[in-house]
Amino acid sequence: MTTTQPRPATRSPKGEDGLRPTRVISFSQKLSKWDLKVSPYLYISPFFIMFAIVGLFPIAYTAVISFMDWDLVRNSGEFIGFDQYVWILTQPHFWTALRNTFSIFLLSSVPQLILAVFIAAVLDRNIRARTFWRMSVLLPFVVAPVAVGLIFTAIFADNFGLANNWLNAIGIPSIPWHKDPFWSHIAIATMVNYRWTGYNTLILLAAMQAVNRDYYEAATVDGAGPVRQFFSITMPSLKPTLIFVIITSTIGGLQIFDEPRVFDQFGRGGAAQQWLTISLYLYDIGWGQWNFGRAAAMAWILFVIILLIGLLNLLITRTLVRDEGLHRELSRRQQRALEKAARQNAKEGAR
Amino acid sequence: MNSRALRRLGLVAGVATTAIVLAGCSGGTTPTPGTTDDGEQDFEGVELTLATFNDFGYTDDLLKEFTDETGIKVVHNKAATSNDARANFFQKLGKSGLADVEAVEVDWFTEMMKYSDLVAPVPADLKGRWLDWKEQAATDAAGNLVAYGTDIGPQAVCFRADLFEAAGLPTDRDEVAGLFPTWDAFFDIADDYVAKTGKPFIDSANSVLQGLVNQLEIAYEKPDGTIVATENPDIRAAYDTVVDRAIPISAYAGQWSEDWFASMASGEYAAMLCPPWMHGIIQGNAPDITDWDVANAFPEGGGNWGGSYLVVPANGANVAAAQKLADWLTSPETQIKAFNNAGTFPSQPDAQTSPDLTGFVNEYFNDAPTGEIGIDRANAITVSTFKGEKYFQFHDALQNAVTRVFDKVEDKETSWNTWVTEVGAF
Repeated sequence: MTTTQPRPATRSPKGEDGLRPTRVISFSQKLSKWDLKVSPYLYISPFFIMFAIVGLFPIAYTAVISFMDWDLVRNSGEFIGFDQYVWILTQPHFWTALRNTFSIFLLSSVPQLILAVFIAAVLDRNIRARTFWRMSVLLPFVVAPVAVGLIFTAIFADNFGLANNWLNAIGIPSIPWHKDPFWSHIAIATMVNYRWTGYNTLILLAAMQAVNRDYYEAATVDGAGPVRQFFSITMPSLKPTLIFVIITSTIGGLQIFDEPRVFDQFGRGGAAQQWLTISLYLYDIGWGQWNFGRAAAMAWILFVIILLIGLLNLLITRTLVRDEGLHRELSRRQQRALEKAARQNAKEGAR
Repeated sequence: MNSRALRRLGLVAGVATTAIVLAGCSGGTTPTPGTTDDGEQDFEGVELTLATFNDFGYTDDLLKEFTDETGIKVVHNKAATSNDARANFFQKLGKSGLADVEAVEVDWFTEMMKYSDLVAPVPADLKGRWLDWKEQAATDAAGNLVAYGTDIGPQAVCFRADLFEAAGLPTDRDEVAGLFPTWDAFFDIADDYVAKTGKPFIDSANSVLQGLVNQLEIAYEKPDGTIVATENPDIRAAYDTVVDRAIPISAYAGQWSEDWFASMASGEYAAMLCPPWMHGIIQGNAPDITDWDVANAFPEGGGNWGGSYLVVPANGANVAAAQKLADWLTSPETQIKAFNNAGTFPSQPDAQTSPDLTGFVNEYFNDAPTGEIGIDRANAITVSTFKGEKYFQFHDALQNAVTRVFDKVEDKETSWNTWVTEVGAF
């Protein structure tokens, strides 16, 4: 787009040399030009600025620190490459912590979800004082995790704890809550369940109430009992909600911290790391030993683990959603009916 | 409105002080921290912050005395636990946000010594105010004393007279004191007690480890920085002693658990190794027990457990005034008052001649002369354990090793080897 003819220069094409008289653009014109180009970015910028400050920057900074031998007080470090990562991955404590985290996660999430579905199903029935029961279910969720921890620490004390007193009263020997990994996981999982079952129940209850009541009526007419109704109508309709609940409990389970932290008086996961979880280990390296280089490397490893589990979740979720056995058959039939109806509609419309 | 006005006042005061300090400098008096003449500096209207934790015995009334004397206002912030204070301290040290005077507990004091250049040294004329070993622990590699000692924890033995009597042991506190000249004697008495009653003799195995390690000159690190933890025969010996002799006579592996607190009243065991600050804990957890007593003895001399320091961060706004406050708070006279308030045992030899301390008896412990006992126990401390910057980590891991054997999770050798591996990873 080059021209040889000189012309009054209000608009000039790209790539001009400086020989021609300079363009005269009024300030307001410039402003409106900027407005056009810059404003859209300005409008969407708050999110990106916020994301950069509270999301991207900490992640990047953590990555930088993880390659260093970092001194928190003097705010300086020495670059040492992947040494911190190697150190973490060669620690037996790390692998113990990984085992504990998954063990506590499974021991808490599985019974918790089964219980939540059951309680929600009960609350979904026509019972007296419905609101009262629903609120009571949520009550433990209101208690602060640390408070829950303190209460349960008293219950699960090895010698004078309530749990062992009861067990002794019915002739069962005391359980070593703070010595055996498995029993400590059970105790911690109990705290988690106490707090989160009610929350999951309410979410599942909301999903159950959204199920069309006509299905139940039809099933009753067809002679299906409450159990059959539950497995054939309620459960299939709950799938999307269940997936949400499973994902949130997975994330919560992998980040478990408060409960194991207050499980004993030291908060470092036990003398033989019986209940040391990954985030507890991360905290201890960072704030117990002031080794922020290692803690940062650990944070990145945890990040990758959560990412992997997230991907796994996504895969499982997809299969679950696609594999809605009962629904698919119905919907195929319905689809055919719908197609038929649509064709008829089209014919009528054409007429 | 009010707080804004206060802040403005604080700013004015801060600026004024800086101006005064600068004027002092230009006046050619060269007021280095060591030689500051009280008369020349006017701190009227300055406001200082003091950060402590638990209970140092620094009550509002006590701080008001300081304000009356000097015109310096003091705002006192108390953290709930020493751990909270530790986290806060290291996150802000060398930056901003620390109080003008900060309390540091002996447990993490060694970590702070790594940054001793970031706190203002103690004026030279105050050297000698504290017990030798208390000062020595607060002297950095360059020979500067960097912290003002507050209290110490000279350990004695607390015992239950009723349980001693039931086991056929003497109950008079002077006679009991004669029972424990050495650790061997201590463990022999304990073995007899366990054999006779079938119950544990002391509260926890790790308190013995604490006692043994605090009687060593070199524990895990040498003053020159070399790590000797796993090769030090003394540490191995202490571990062996604890595992072979202390575990069989202990009720618990460690202290501070729910069970441990509950057990002080239950009569589960007959004795505890106890520094003066433990008296309040026993009294608080077993208020109805009338048979706790204190014997003026500790196996093989003395041992210190706990105690704190005050430090003045070097980059504070009012370092000179803060040094004055730290000086005043750790003076023998003030420390005696703090002792009366909270039972924090003075680390200043001059305070130990005060009748307030020498004549102090504890009613709960059947009128035991705990002041006199504390002084004797403090004088019996001859060794100052060198604690390097990783002392806390080493010791904590070794305590875990003892706990593992106690809980029968691992046997003696396995647990030691686990500790060696762990220590290798530091």
